[in-house]
Amino acid sequence: MNKYLTASILVGALALSACTRPDRFGGGADGLGADIAGAGAGFDQSGAIGQSGLGNPDSPEYFAEAIGDRVLFRVDQSTLTPEAMATLDGQAQWLMTNSDYLAVIEGHADEQGTREYNVALGARRANAAREYLISRGVPSSRLRTISYGKERPIATCSDASCYAQNRRAVTVIAAGALS
Amino acid sequence: MLTRTIALLLAPLVAATAIPAPALAQDGPLRITISEGVIEPLPFAVPGFQAETAGAEQIAADITRVVAQDLTGTGLFREIPAASFISTPASFASPVAYPDWRAINAQALITGAVAVNGDQLTVKFRLYDVFTGAELGEGLQFTGTTGGWRRMGHKVADAVYSRITGESGYFDSRVVFVSESGPKDNRARRLAIMDYDGENRQFLTDSNSLVLAPRFSPGGDRVLYTSYESGFPRISLLDVASVGRRQITTVEGEMAFSPRFSKDGGAVIYSVSTGGNTDIYRTDLNSGAHTRLTSAPSIETSPSLSPDGSQIVFESDRSGTQQLYIMSASGGEPRRISFGEGRYGSPVWSPRGDLIAFTKQNAGRFHIGVMRTDGSEERLLTSSFLDESPTWAPNGRVLMFTRETQGASGGPQLHSVDISGRNLKPVPTGGFSSDASWGPLQR
Repeated sequence: MNKYLTASILVGALALSACTRPDRFGGGADGLGADIAGAGAGFDQSGAIGQSGLGNPDSPEYFAEAIGDRVLFRVDQSTLTPEAMATLDGQAQWLMTNSDYLAVIEGHADEQGTREYNVALGARRANAAREYLISRGVPSSRLRTISYGKERPIATCSDASCYAQNRRAVTVIAAGALS
Repeated sequence: MLTRTIALLLAPLVAATAIPAPALAQDGPLRITISEGVIEPLPFAVPGFQAETAGAEQIAADITRVVAQDLTGTGLFREIPAASFISTPASFASPVAYPDWRAINAQALITGAVAVNGDQLTVKFRLYDVFTGAELGEGLQFTGTTGGWRRMGHKVADAVYSRITGESGYFDSRVVFVSESGPKDNRARRLAIMDYDGENRQFLTDSNSLVLAPRFSPGGDRVLYTSYESGFPRISLLDVASVGRRQITTVEGEMAFSPRFSKDGGAVIYSVSTGGNTDIYRTDLNSGAHTRLTSAPSIETSPSLSPDGSQIVFESDRSGTQQLYIMSASGGEPRRISFGEGRYGSPVWSPRGDLIAFTKQNAGRFHIGVMRTDGSEERLLTSSFLDESPTWAPNGRVLMFTRETQGASGGPQLHSVDISGRNLKPVPTGGFSSDASWGPLQR
């Protein structure tokens, strides 16, 4: 949640100082994405976004924030929802266009499960996203998966709203060869 | 607090010697049978151990406290406060004034003496059955170093526990676990080791990379665990004395995790995920030879061997939900053993061979439970928002597990409970703690 708070503060600061610090988002602050729209009511967001890293559609920041780097899963499931497929379609298109980049897909689970099962479940989710991207034409050699199980939650409350955010597969863009 | 020093990891040699009994030792009727019914804790008295050398008074008092805390900590014994004592022995060799102990209803009397010479420590004790007026077993003497004084107390308590219950003890044992700190969405995790009662805590790794689920070797000298140090989950082997560690070469795959030692300590059984599918493998640590033990499109993980090494209990969601299965240690068709409501995971075979402990998830609650190896007589011992990852005490009578509290400020804390569901309590770990592995009795 702190990240979102930081993001909304940044949006506010940027709106006030957009002329002098146009690249404030260029460093790759994450956690922005959909929250920008909701966070800065009353500010002139279009100007702020237009002058940030989001303006370059070939940047990893654009991938994470405008296309969306994550897809969410239903409880105990690794099948992709229609919303997830739409996001992955956008990811695939970006990866095809920006063929210098590689990606690591991180699978995650919510805390409602045992540790080792959740590592395996996260692996399933990451793989579901990977297989979909491959089916859309992304070479498999550019995609690697990892699972963090339930060890890396982004939302910390213990109810359905947080669990829904934590059941995710996140596509992390990386330059250079995968080791 | 935990420190990075490892001096105490070099366990002092503790040698046990029988003290010739003044009279013929004989077993009296003093006995606790550990059963599932509610029992009345057995009252015992332990007058402060005698200091037999100048300056040994403090260490004698400290060792006496360890003995008393070990016994009362089981829930099976109750200490009679010293203020109630009518008399105390003038020396370790003094005859026992049984009427004075009967009068305060002490059923067991433990006397002891401590001598310190340089850094050498000698502790001797005798156990008496007050109501039959006889010594229970022979007097015993332990020698070691002063730095290992807590172990001497545990040794005495293990002998007392064993003589009265007929079971082997578990106090002179250590636990490896994950020490956690920091906020829930940025938690640092380090391997740590401690005595069974939370004392002598020390870190084994730094917090630079994620670590999961350490597992002791049968001898307690090595630890297997899952490390993200390479950037991806891999299995590492750590030597406890030197804290040196190396990555195990497993079957090729995207992820390797959930390791456990074979019963001879010469092989590791573990899970590998590839293409979203997780199966169980075995790798010989000397030859490096791999054997695939399961091949199903479902998740197979958390393998645990039977004490004789012939069978493996594990979890699989091949039926659609997590359930427990048993197969031969060489693989082959498994049989399902869990059939109750809900999901079952993280099974661990008891060192006695009779029970399997597990985590059960049902109707929004988590439980630690035990069942017989054919799946019958399931009993749930705990219930909370999140209980998981049981590990057995070396005598198969007590379980340690992780209990996590909910919410943004929630966190995990090791707890213990005996297999009747009694004596549920937190284990002091000086901060968040999870995924314990209870090691063997030390020699």
